[in-house]
Amino acid sequence: MSKQYETVIGLEVHVELATKTKIFCSCSTEFGGAPNTHTCPVCTGMPGSLPVLNRQVVEYAAAVGLATNCSITRKCKFDRKNYFYPDNPQNYQISQLYEPICRNGYVEIDTPSGTKKIGIHEIHMEEDAGKLIHDEWEDCSLVDFNRSGVPLIEIVSEPDMRSADEVIAYLDKLRLIIQYLGASDCKLQEGSMRADVNLSVREVGSEKLGTRTEMKNLNSFKAIARAIEGEKERQIELLEMGRPVIQETRRWDDNKESSHAMRSKEDAQDYRYFPEPDLPPVIISDEWLEEIKARQPELRTEKLIRYKKEFDIPDYDAQIITSSKKMADLFEATTALCGKPKKVSNWLMVETMHLMKEHDMEADDLKFSPENLAKLIDLADAGTINSSVAKEVFEKVFLDDIDPDQYVEEHGLKTVSDEGALRSVIEQVIASNPQSVEDYRNGKEKAIGFLVGQTMKAMKGKANPGLVNQILKELL
Amino acid sequence: MANMISDETMEYVGILAKLELSDEEREQAKKDMEQMLDYIDMLNTLNTDGVEPMSHIFPIHNVFREDVVENDDEHEKILANAPAAKDGAFKVPKTVE
Repeated sequence: MSKQYETVIGLEVHVELATKTKIFCSCSTEFGGAPNTHTCPVCTGMPGSLPVLNRQVVEYAAAVGLATNCSITRKCKFDRKNYFYPDNPQNYQISQLYEPICRNGYVEIDTPSGTKKIGIHEIHMEEDAGKLIHDEWEDCSLVDFNRSGVPLIEIVSEPDMRSADEVIAYLDKLRLIIQYLGASDCKLQEGSMRADVNLSVREVGSEKLGTRTEMKNLNSFKAIARAIEGEKERQIELLEMGRPVIQETRRWDDNKESSHAMRSKEDAQDYRYFPEPDLPPVIISDEWLEEIKARQPELRTEKLIRYKKEFDIPDYDAQIITSSKKMADLFEATTALCGKPKKVSNWLMVETMHLMKEHDMEADDLKFSPENLAKLIDLADAGTINSSVAKEVFEKVFLDDIDPDQYVEEHGLKTVSDEGALRSVIEQVIASNPQSVEDYRNGKEKAIGFLVGQTMKAMKGKANPGLVNQILKELL
Repeated sequence: MANMISDETMEYVGILAKLELSDEEREQAKKDMEQMLDYIDMLNTLNTDGVEPMSHIFPIHNVFREDVVENDDEHEKILANAPAAKDGAFKVPKTVE
């Protein structure tokens, strides 16, 4: 009988913080500049330059720690991690090994068998490396240090996850918390959130952890799920053949759906950490910590409760709207303008979600303003435009953030509620569709639908449907 | 000298530091390092009970910058220090992932 295996997974998640400047110098962190245009002697490791810590980095890191139930290290410090690689100009990375800023936290995830706590071992602050571009023509590499020194936090989980689903739920939870805090936009595709997966397998019932591997280059939730399945299979296969799993770092290739061991450098992984002499310790006083706590924005759990209470919207709506910070912000801003929470929630959950799917967009890609959605809702609610016109106008708002008042005016989309005008159109429709009229009079109630349709068509969709029905019934 | 450093250790430390040493330099470095270890052994004999490990030599803490961009684009000056450059980037021998 074949053995039963269990997968044990821990994650190292790197998150780029949303500061304006780098962690140790006043260079911009803005994305997409020409190579080396956001650099200075500090972030290019010039001799004699000295790092000075960005206060905002400490505040963001502490805020994430508080929101993930960590204890905050009141006296923390930085350490040097020494290694040679061209993307690392100092030949060391400034990181935290001995006294990381946050420790012993957890987040809760939902699993089919209920709520589960995923432990957070620690969160530390560190600097990002530069970017290497491989030049095929000259067989050389080009180094761009714009990312060098961009602040990161690394969130190290306990090996508490047992499946790809749990890993995704954990990442989703972290992403949402950090987005709500405004500490990062957490985009996997763009690299502002990166996850390395540590995975081992063991026989069910065994207490001892198996040998783990670390997998890198995972830049979507789907890639992470596939990589976990692939690595689990690979390790089980090795064990079944009686061969050992080797502790190594592997690179996932999502196109080939397989991983390969990253070339082990001839030099061993010996980082010779030591306390960073250029940076004095960071002491977080009670007062400072209280200030950071006081500034913590409302997180999802709190929002969920408030939305139901304050706006009286169903749990289902609140869950969907708060599943992204962007959506929640849109909801609140639009509701503040038009005062119709349920209507706002409907537009967001139905039409917005539908168009997002159609255009393959994430909530963060939404461009329309709360002002224009509020105007549209007011127009529809006052009966100035009917529901099909409203959908049409919304698509314009969604795509180009147009002003609905102006658009409706310019395109003559106002609902015609002028009874006289409608009556004459309907008279024509009745005159030219004798068959349907006869069907209706013979008891085929449904035939009226066709006549309504014809009237709407003649009115280019702008008639008030209630009024059309009323007049039709009267004339028939 | 109490501490003895093996040739293997010298080889390993040389790889980590990316240093190529001549035989003579290697012998000198070995002696220097042995002396350093002896000195550390001496420090280790001191009683440090109740003394907090020091992480910085000056009694200062919380030296911060505010999060304000102050540096301009000075990539030309930065690249002036590069042994080789191409397309605004530092040019280095090809690296394999």
